[in-house]
Parts: sequence; C-alpha cells; structure tokens
Amino acid sequence: MLSALTVGAAGMVIVVRNLLHALLFLILSFVGVAGLYITLSADFIAVVQVLIYAGAIAVLMIFSVMLTPLSDRDNAEGLLRLPALVLSGLVATGIAFVAIETDWQVTSESSFENTSVAIGEALLSPFVLPFEIASVLLVAAMIGAIVLVRED
Amino acid sequence: MALLARWYDVRDLGNAVAGLMDALRDAGASEGLLYVVAGLLGALGILGFVGFTSVINIWVERRLIGRIQVRKGPNRAGPWGLLQPIADAIKLIQKEALTPKLADSAVFTLAPIVIFVPAILAFAVLPWGEGMVLADLNVGVLYILALGSTSAIMVFMAGYASNNKYALMGSMRVIAMLISYEIPTVLALLGVVAFAGTMSLSGIVAFQETHWSWLIFFQPLAFLIFLFGASAELNRSPADIAEAESEIIAGYHIEYSGMKFGLFYAVELVNVMAVSAIIATLFLGGWWTFGLNEFVPGWMLFIGKVYAVYFIFIWFRGTLPRFRIDQLMAFAWKFLLPLSLVNVLLVAVEVFIWTEYEISAGIVLPIFAVVNFVLAGVLIAGWARVMTRNYERFPRRARLVSEIDVPLPAQSGSAARAEA
Repeated sequence: MLSALTVGAAGMVIVVRNLLHALLFLILSFVGVAGLYITLSADFIAVVQVLIYAGAIAVLMIFSVMLTPLSDRDNAEGLLRLPALVLSGLVATGIAFVAIETDWQVTSESSFENTSVAIGEALLSPFVLPFEIASVLLVAAMIGAIVLVRED
Repeated sequence: MALLARWYDVRDLGNAVAGLMDALRDAGASEGLLYVVAGLLGALGILGFVGFTSVINIWVERRLIGRIQVRKGPNRAGPWGLLQPIADAIKLIQKEALTPKLADSAVFTLAPIVIFVPAILAFAVLPWGEGMVLADLNVGVLYILALGSTSAIMVFMAGYASNNKYALMGSMRVIAMLISYEIPTVLALLGVVAFAGTMSLSGIVAFQETHWSWLIFFQPLAFLIFLFGASAELNRSPADIAEAESEIIAGYHIEYSGMKFGLFYAVELVNVMAVSAIIATLFLGGWWTFGLNEFVPGWMLFIGKVYAVYFIFIWFRGTLPRFRIDQLMAFAWKFLLPLSLVNVLLVAVEVFIWTEYEISAGIVLPIFAVVNFVLAGVLIAGWARVMTRNYERFPRRARLVSEIDVPLPAQSGSAARAEA
C-alpha cells in the first residue's frame, strides 16, 4: 500500500498540470518513501527523510515555484520533451536492470535496532573525511549566498 | 470478571490499561490483537486529551490574557464563562464555510485538515507516565523536529490556495520564520540530546531520573533558546507576524470561514500544548518530579508541568508587543543562532570531560550546572550588549529620526547607496 502511495503520487507529479499540485504530490511521495523506510526498520533514515525531504527540500521547491512565472498555468509542451523522455527512460531501464540482476539476500527477521547510534559512529570515525568535506561545502555555499545578496 | 477481580489504584491510568490487557490475555487473545488494542487505547486517550484541552484552553487562554490586560475576558456563558468555547464552536459550525471563486478549492479544503496531522502525531512519542508512552521511538526528538518542519507546507497550502495576496504574504512569512527558527531550536535540542546521550524521549526522562535532576539545570541556555524559538514557530504573539492583524489582516487564514477557520484556530492550541509537553518532557523531567511521583500519578504531574509551560506562553502573548519581521529574523540569526552554537560547543566539551576522565556523575554534574548557569547569564547579557544598538532611555528633547546616528534597518540599503 505504501509502495502504491509512493508510486501513485510520483506518477501524479508528472501528470498534474499545476506546478504547485505537482509539488504537493512530490511531498506525498517523499512521505511514502519514509513509510517504506519504517517497514525496513530504518527508523533514523525514515525520520531524516521526512525532516530533510518533506521539510527542507519541499520548502526550497516552494520558493522556486513562487519565483516561476506561470506556475499554475498549462505547462504542457517544451523543447526538452524528447531529451527528457530519453534520459528518464535510460535511467529507468538502468535501475530496473540493476534491480533484476542483483542477487538479493533476505536477512533473517531482526528486531528493531537502534540505528542512530551506529550511523553516528560511522559518520564520525570511518567516514569523517566525506562528512567534513560536505560541511565545508555547505559553509562555502552559505557564504556565497550571503555575498550574493549583500546590498552594499 | 478478571478486570474487576483485583484492586487497582484508580489514579493510575496505566493500571486500568494493564488490567484490561491482562483480562484480554486471560481470555485467550493473541499478541497481535493485544498490540492493536493497546495502540487504539493510547490513540483514543491522546485524542481525548487533545480534544478536551483544545476546547478548555480557549477559555483558559482568553481568561488569563484578560486578567493580564486588566479586563474580564469571557464571563457570560455558564459559570465564569466556562461554556464560552462551546458557544464559539456552535457558532463556527453554523457558519457557512465559504470558498473563494478563484481559489484552488481542493487544496483550500485540504489544508486545514492535513495541518492537524503533525500536531496530533507529536503527542504519540511523549511519555505521559512511567511506561505510559504510545510509541517509544529511539529517535523521538528527531521525530518531533521532523513533524515541526512539515507544518510550513500546510500553511503554505492554505495561503497559496486562498488566491489572496495577504494570505500569500502571511504564508511566505511563516515559511521564512520557520526556516530561521528551526536552526536555533534544532541546535538547542542537539545540546540536550548530547548531554543525555539519547534521542528517545523516555530515555531522556530516565536520564533525569537517574541523575536526580531536571535538564533545565544543566541546559538553561538551551531551555531559553528552545522556549523563544518554539514560541516563534507557534505563530503566537510576540512572533505572530504571519497573521498580524494590523499588517496583513489575518495572514494565511484570511479567506477561511466557519469550521475551516475553527480548525486553524484549534490546531494552534494543539500545537501550543504539544510544544509545552515537549518542553516539560525534555527540560522539566516529564513525569519524574524529585520523588513526588511516588505519591501522585506521573501523568498528573506531567499535565501540571505542561500547563505551567503553557502559562509562560500565555504570559508572553499577553505582555509582549509584536516584533517587526526584520527584528524577528535578526533575533533568530544574530542572537539565538550564535548562542545555540556556543551551547553545543559547551555541551561537547562537558560530555568529553565527563566520559574521558570517567568522573562520577555526582561530582561533575553540580559543577556543570553552576558553570552552565553562569555562562548562560554572561553570554545572554554580553551578547545582548554587543548586538543591540545604544538607545537613549530618556531623551532630553524630541528629535527627528534622521538625527539619530544609527540608521533604521529599513533605510540602511538606500541610505548606503545615497552616500556612495
């Protein structure tokens, strides 16, 4: 049912003509993905999915929709229609190929473990360099944004 | 009947539920059925509490604000005006729920309904008493933050769908404010989580119980930051710029009438209760009250603390004037954010000292409490002195605005350009 919600909402994102409705369906789809994470007993990832995608990314998209002219009109034809179709088709076939070819291993039924501690330790001991690089990148982006919008 | 065979302390709701569970188990119910029944009971209890308090809080809040502002408040319907919320509700239900002609009617109808979802979901992870928690998530604090971050979208749905420029302005203000205030509140809670070493709300209460103290004594700065940040996120005075009546009429719910408006009104009250409950859990020990919970049921103490925090919010609302939007933004970014960063650094150092040198908690925690209190006072006073502009409290003569050497924030851009 969660998968149906996620995929259905994702489909509606493409079908719907109004950009803001598409955005709302996208948020619904994000929440559905968070539900899928919960069924996989990845509670930390699920909560972070809601926090970042349904909270932060959605707000970012709201701002971009508000800055888009004609966002609630008929957005049908576009020059990029054919390339977009080809690209998304390629990505879809790639993902489908990987999903079919991978030898999935079903683990035994495990209890609801505390994943957040493991993630925190992994982030700060083996993966500390990528973590730091990401934070430096974010700080650079923030300073850049501040410099761009300064008035004087 | 097994349920009535044993004597239970009726003050403790958990006993009644446990008795029902035992009776069901004796009757041969499976574990799955027990799980479903327990979940439904908890959900019903929470919904009952939320419904009852959001009705009664209308009266509590209006009476208290009336008392603060030296007027009477509602006092006609029923004894002491107690029936006023019911009269209000009947009036709201009777009124026609208009939809503007050019509004996006589906989103317009959906917004007041879905805005209730995160508000009520927040209650699910709260520990009401010892073992009285509906869903003891081990990422409870993050879960609450995630719910709080989604409410911007519902408000935006309402503001956009109304097809009204004031509604849109109000919702954009809400979003700007939520983004700004999310950062200091998250960092304040990060300090709490790092100090307690767990993200589970019942784990944080258990931490306060084992160390025989409330977290407000170790984290006064985080408490204040969270209190101010939360009161901004709640859209209440002094930070209710999203629905400022004198500026943008009513903000995002300007086009709503009847029960749709009533839902927005109710969700505000539910949100206040949720935030008060979170503060009571994180900083005031939840149901644990220095051994008093041996004699009084924990849920009663918890609700008492929730109302104590709620009183602070009403107090804010009754006494403080509304911020301007640039003041509100400056307060979040220039004042709360640096202080919360300093607080996180402080907690990191303290936890490092505590765990690395393996000092016993009895010695180290009082020292931390004193250090944190002193530093909180010094930081707040010092930073306020650095950040605020000097103003004359008692000017000797009346002066024009242009005579004051510090330009007003709204003028700074054009003034700077004129000089250049």
